Amino acid sequence: MKRIQTEILVIGGGATGTGVAWDAALRGFQTVLVEKRDLTHGTTGRYHGLLHSGARYVLKDADSAVECIRENRILRRTHAHCIEDTGGFFIVTPEDEDDYPDRFAAACRRLDIPCDEIPASTALRREPLLNPGVSRVFELPDAAADSFLAAHATAQAARQAGALLLPYHELTGLHLSGGDGNRAVSAAAVLDTVTGEELRIDADLVINAAGAWCGQVAALAGVEVNMILGKGVMLATNARLTNTVINRCKMPGDGDILVPIHTVSVIGTTDQQVSDPENLSIEQWEIDLMLTEGDKLVPGLSRSRILRAWAGVRPLYHEPPSSHESIHRPAPHPDRRASRLEAKPASPASRDATRALALLDHRQRDGLSGFITITGGKWTTFRLMAESAVDAACAQLGVSRPCHTAETPVPGVEQGHYWLGHRLDEVESENRQSELICECELVTRSMLEGAAQRNPTVTLDDLRRDVRLGMGPCQGGFCTYRAVGVLHQLRSDETATDAADWKVAHMQSPAHHHRDGGPPADGGPAEPAPAAQPEPRRPSPAIDPAAAVSQPNLLLRDFLQERWKGVVPILWGDQLRQERLDELIYLSILNADHLPADERQSPLSEFYRSGFSYPGSRLT
Amino acid sequence: MSQDSPPVAVMQSVPPNSVGISLNACIKCNICVSYCPVSEVTDSFPGPKYAAPQSERFREFGYPYFQDAAGSNPPAPGRGRVPDASVDYCSGCRVCNEVCPTGVRIAEINARARARIVAAEGLSLRNRLLGRSDLLGRVGSVAPALANALLHHPLSRRLAAVLFGVAEKAPLPRWHNETFSRWLKRTRSRRLRSERKVVYFHGCATQHYEPFVGMAAVLVLEHLGYEVVVPPQSCCGLPLLSNGEFSAAETYHRRNVAQFADYVQAGYPILGASTSCTLTLKEEAPELLDLEGDEGTQALKRNTWDIFEWLRERENQGQLPADLGSLNNGQEPFILPYHAPCQLRAHRIGKPALDLLALIPGIDLRESHARCCGIAGTYGLKSEKYQIAMDVGAELFDFAAAQADTSDPAVQGAVSFTACDSETCRWQLEHGAGLPSRHPIELLAASYGLYDLQARQPLNEN
Repeated sequence: MKRIQTEILVIGGGATGTGVAWDAALRGFQTVLVEKRDLTHGTTGRYHGLLHSGARYVLKDADSAVECIRENRILRRTHAHCIEDTGGFFIVTPEDEDDYPDRFAAACRRLDIPCDEIPASTALRREPLLNPGVSRVFELPDAAADSFLAAHATAQAARQAGALLLPYHELTGLHLSGGDGNRAVSAAAVLDTVTGEELRIDADLVINAAGAWCGQVAALAGVEVNMILGKGVMLATNARLTNTVINRCKMPGDGDILVPIHTVSVIGTTDQQVSDPENLSIEQWEIDLMLTEGDKLVPGLSRSRILRAWAGVRPLYHEPPSSHESIHRPAPHPDRRASRLEAKPASPASRDATRALALLDHRQRDGLSGFITITGGKWTTFRLMAESAVDAACAQLGVSRPCHTAETPVPGVEQGHYWLGHRLDEVESENRQSELICECELVTRSMLEGAAQRNPTVTLDDLRRDVRLGMGPCQGGFCTYRAVGVLHQLRSDETATDAADWKVAHMQSPAHHHRDGGPPADGGPAEPAPAAQPEPRRPSPAIDPAAAVSQPNLLLRDFLQERWKGVVPILWGDQLRQERLDELIYLSILNADHLPADERQSPLSEFYRSGFSYPGSRLT
Repeated sequence: MSQDSPPVAVMQSVPPNSVGISLNACIKCNICVSYCPVSEVTDSFPGPKYAAPQSERFREFGYPYFQDAAGSNPPAPGRGRVPDASVDYCSGCRVCNEVCPTGVRIAEINARARARIVAAEGLSLRNRLLGRSDLLGRVGSVAPALANALLHHPLSRRLAAVLFGVAEKAPLPRWHNETFSRWLKRTRSRRLRSERKVVYFHGCATQHYEPFVGMAAVLVLEHLGYEVVVPPQSCCGLPLLSNGEFSAAETYHRRNVAQFADYVQAGYPILGASTSCTLTLKEEAPELLDLEGDEGTQALKRNTWDIFEWLRERENQGQLPADLGSLNNGQEPFILPYHAPCQLRAHRIGKPALDLLALIPGIDLRESHARCCGIAGTYGLKSEKYQIAMDVGAELFDFAAAQADTSDPAVQGAVSFTACDSETCRWQLEHGAGLPSRHPIELLAASYGLYDLQARQPLNEN
């Protein structure tokens, strides 16, 4: 069995995990991260994309509000290119008229969250589709965030600082050492889910950043962490309905956020407590609720074309009162928190659970050293969560090293905030129209090839997260077979370069990306190569002829099934017509459900087939 | 003429109309791409699907039309930037709309995108002039002979090409020595008075360049027993719409709505021989300018007819006089290649001119199935687009030439004319195929013995 020795092992490759790896590596720790699937495959890749100003929580969860506005300001600097500066409106609709707006504005002032009331007429001119019945509108520094790009940028920053990131490496066990009184986590057993190889990682300290899976990871160490898993269902519209983030100005509830993220608007969310973070079904009533509530923000939303539905699961944490004193609170609002805990001693419903981060130092909490859990929080506060976790790690390891992430930009910030038209602008200015593989989201062939070669790609869904492949109206109808063809060519092309000078920061940029592939140009200073490259990089599994997952038929079937999963719950109107065409292409022309019998599965095949609440809705 | 007030938030002040919403209907099927005559001949235009429903998702709704009056609300970085230049290469022929199986208003989405570019980046003097066909017409009509000499002198054409980018060889019309309204005024005493009235919308081309098309229309309508009322009227606004000047087009359109209001209320049909003008009144202006909810616009739209669409109704009612005569004394079949212009097809009324021309004794109609002549209003006049327009039109020119090829035994005789309902298409067709072209109403008038097809003037009048 292969063994790796490291100082800090991070479990989980979402926003928090990559953030922890980045922070720890910057502080000079030898760092390894394992993620059982692709980076951002969990909650990070399934959220609505809102960079909170904190205003949503000012009256309900002041701790979280303060964390949000602080991190909002920091991320705009460190992750500028992952953010679209849309601004946010908090609108008072005819249903919301009570004293909430005044208390809201006062609380924003108190917590130093910039909040300007603007005339409703001005708001309606800026966002013509907004509910014309709005009586008051507040403008706040909410924004849209690309959580895929941000995690990749953070991961790249971590690599440059020396961290080793291992996606598709699943934690199967934690080794404990010592006896009563000095028990400690000393190593982890990890399974490479692509090759089936086992790996042992010896670590001085393990940071559990597995999000909704934190409870399961903690259980491997024999520690009980009771997560409150709040499933949220979201819908994406075919095109943007607004260019500003819209929130209802009321106590946070279901379906009261509309986020313009890239080419779509996302309406969200529900909040249903679930027990399993894996198999999330989407119920009809949840779809109906989103549409009904969406109409209150933008009348007619329910009749607009809906592209897709999906569910993510919030990793909320609520410490039982008996041990809550061991929770580390970086943003001190002890009065509020204590009183709320007293009022609700039992585990609260997920909508009521705090969104503030929770740091569990298991040495203090459970007498188990070498193990820290960081959970709760928001995408917006991932950097702060990482900082808290690594602070605690320093304390356990008995060293004092300051955090640098708040003032360290990740690769790509020089591009500035992204804007909706940037891909069209770049495709146009470079005349790359004929190179489009995914026409809906303007993904060029070189973007796809770069991502496939540079990121450890196992399925086309991984490429979707990298470059937005298949995320547009046709939901993979026209790009799936093209992308499979491109990968197949890379797989059989011995002379293919591995795009060594390709920049992760330019992953989503048609023009930059293309320039990176050519001779050295004006694209800014070259990214330094990752400091730690323990062995020659293997080809990406999806284009490695030796890997079972590079089977074109498997790639095709997996992606069709994955796309289908999100379309089934909203199968009516225009999208139904689209799926009928897609069905004709894949089932009638390409006969995709009768491809040569092949039992090969990717690590995700079963996942793509799970979670259907509709019988008989499996494609293959 | 001074520029109208800068483009303002006219379009975006109301929820998206059928044009905006229609992008949701696109299922990416590529049928529009395979039919687009422009993207087939040039790489400058990536195709209807790319330019309209696809790119529209990357354009910020509400920008850049919106700007605070005081400029106190500057867009955030990146916002309001116009990301796409290639949309300007859409000719607006609407073939895509015609073939789209799901009803995406592709050409209209492109027209709006172009308006957005104009609003953000301004407009060249050339496009501003080309958009104002009525102004050009009126200026030239002051002294038509002088204007023609000046405009059509090879040296001026060279100069216009260099200075303004108007293609040197592009087919520009000649001013007529008498405008259509002056002819009406001069022949007032001879015009038919009747209880049965129709209103005639002549458009800029008939007014200034081809008054004889209007004369033929008046003669035919009078032959049916209708009095033809021609109220003062403005340009329909289409050239402005195609060049992205939406606010100026709205001014024209609203003026027309007011000028025709009384006649519309009285229930008179508004007839036009220019298929593009009538299409604008029926559809383009209401949709592009977000005036679908405007009552006057709707009333005018409901009462507007293509002249042959209306004549075909009369024929269906048995009201069309049967005294149609042969166009060449019955010597041999009168071979007539006919091209239905894109704008006529956009009316979705079939090919009424073809239906009626078929009634002419001894006529041998040869229908073109070419997608487009290429000119698309003012598109083919522009230097950078002239060759594209000619390449698009090649399909039609070849068709016309084949009909006229006397060396081919299947052709069976000489071809004197081609026919087409739209003026700019006729000019392009003459330019590309080298054959004189006529409006079908001229042929109908000639068949009734009212009009000299060769000299393009009424018989027994003047």
